[in-house]
Amino acid sequence: MTSFASMWPRLLLALLLPCLWCIVARADDAQDARTREEINKYREMLQEGNPAELSEARGEELWTTRAGPRNATLEQCDLGLGPGKLEGAYARLPRYFADTREVQDVESRLVTCMVELQGLTREQATRGWYQANSDMEGLVTYIAGKSRGASIETPQVHPAERDMNALGNALFFRRSGPLDFSCATCHSQPDRRIRLQEVRDLLLPEDARIVLTQWPAYRVSQGQVWTMERRLMDCMRQMRWPEPGYLSEALIALQVFLQKQAAGGVMQAPGIKR
Amino acid sequence: MHCVNSKLVCTLLLIGWFGSAMAGEDATVDAERLQDALRRSFSGATPEEWKTRVEQDRNQTLCSRYRNAPPPDIAAAISAEALSSVRYPESNKLLGDWKKGEQLAMISGGGQVSRIVPDPAGTRRGGNCFACHALSVKEVAAGNLGPVLTGFGKARGTSTETVRYTYEKIYNAQAYFACSFMPRFGHNGWLTPDQIADLVAFLLDPQSPVNR
Repeated sequence: MTSFASMWPRLLLALLLPCLWCIVARADDAQDARTREEINKYREMLQEGNPAELSEARGEELWTTRAGPRNATLEQCDLGLGPGKLEGAYARLPRYFADTREVQDVESRLVTCMVELQGLTREQATRGWYQANSDMEGLVTYIAGKSRGASIETPQVHPAERDMNALGNALFFRRSGPLDFSCATCHSQPDRRIRLQEVRDLLLPEDARIVLTQWPAYRVSQGQVWTMERRLMDCMRQMRWPEPGYLSEALIALQVFLQKQAAGGVMQAPGIKR
Repeated sequence: MHCVNSKLVCTLLLIGWFGSAMAGEDATVDAERLQDALRRSFSGATPEEWKTRVEQDRNQTLCSRYRNAPPPDIAAAISAEALSSVRYPESNKLLGDWKKGEQLAMISGGGQVSRIVPDPAGTRRGGNCFACHALSVKEVAAGNLGPVLTGFGKARGTSTETVRYTYEKIYNAQAYFACSFMPRFGHNGWLTPDQIADLVAFLLDPQSPVNR
């Protein structure tokens, strides 16, 4: 495990990235491609020392630490491949779980495990989930890291899994709110940008893979790792939709649809983002 | 499929079929299932938020159903209805102040409802035009989800027809393009008629940075 001290230069680089962003954001339009290249170069540099590693390490510790009224660890948690089997599990979520009779993503499944194994209430298991250094942030980062190199393959076997894909598909195209937005407004055409920020065409498998193989990701502008639920909720905020409930069906259905679009992509999470 | 009459027609049909298959239309969900999922997922929304931000009006329902590519007859009806929805400023002055328009075009925030990231008090709503359009000659950090509008007024002048078209397009973009991705700024009450007139000036005034 990387020691905290040896990570400082990398963290410094992470803090500098927003400044670099301002500089490149002023570049001439004709230099667009070069700008993108520069940004990608910094991304690559950061990738070697992603601060998400800290979160990953914390997640590993949380996974093996006894907690809750039952004083149990999460090591027997079943994320779809059997109790305690973490390698490649994230790449195969969300999926249907027979015990809960629900299609669950990594976050909702973790809550199930905290409730069942550790005896926490749902409220306790989800409190402050979106804050920097939350248990959820650490655990999700750790579990995603265990899928590095695995291909995305969200199952479409159980009728509930197919139903959730159909629901996610419908939600992706559903326009509502005072700005008439749907996910498709920004994510259904190739080579598009909001200002200078690239927005990927999530209907194109190549583009969808670029996105989905990188989440959860450390967000430099936020100074923390964002889970996929957090990412989707923030899209909805900007679309001027109300905030969906954490672990809600809409968020899980959208993930099923997006993971299916990105099928075959090789997981590299935790990624690093603006 | 009858492919005897015209190879072209059949090719187009096949392209259309592949196109929709790629967009994942093999998966469908009925309206009631979708509605139930929304009700559960957005149970924390206030009645007001639910009504104005989750429930769809007829236009949103149609554009979602046809995935923004409605058949010609429905597209014509959408555009006609959109045009008839346009309201004009009380002064009837459609060409406002380009400087105010420029400010509005740059404002990106406002109108967001989130418990995790609440809008700071007093956040103004704007058009956020640069998010999607190239506008001012000198502003390079412009998005490309919409067409380039740099030099918009220079190319078109400020005839009554041009001013009216520009105003109506911003008020309800679907008057001229059914299921356009552009928000219906006036129709949805996001911007006032006077604010839209200021944006018209930002686009058309010869002194505006869009045109010089």
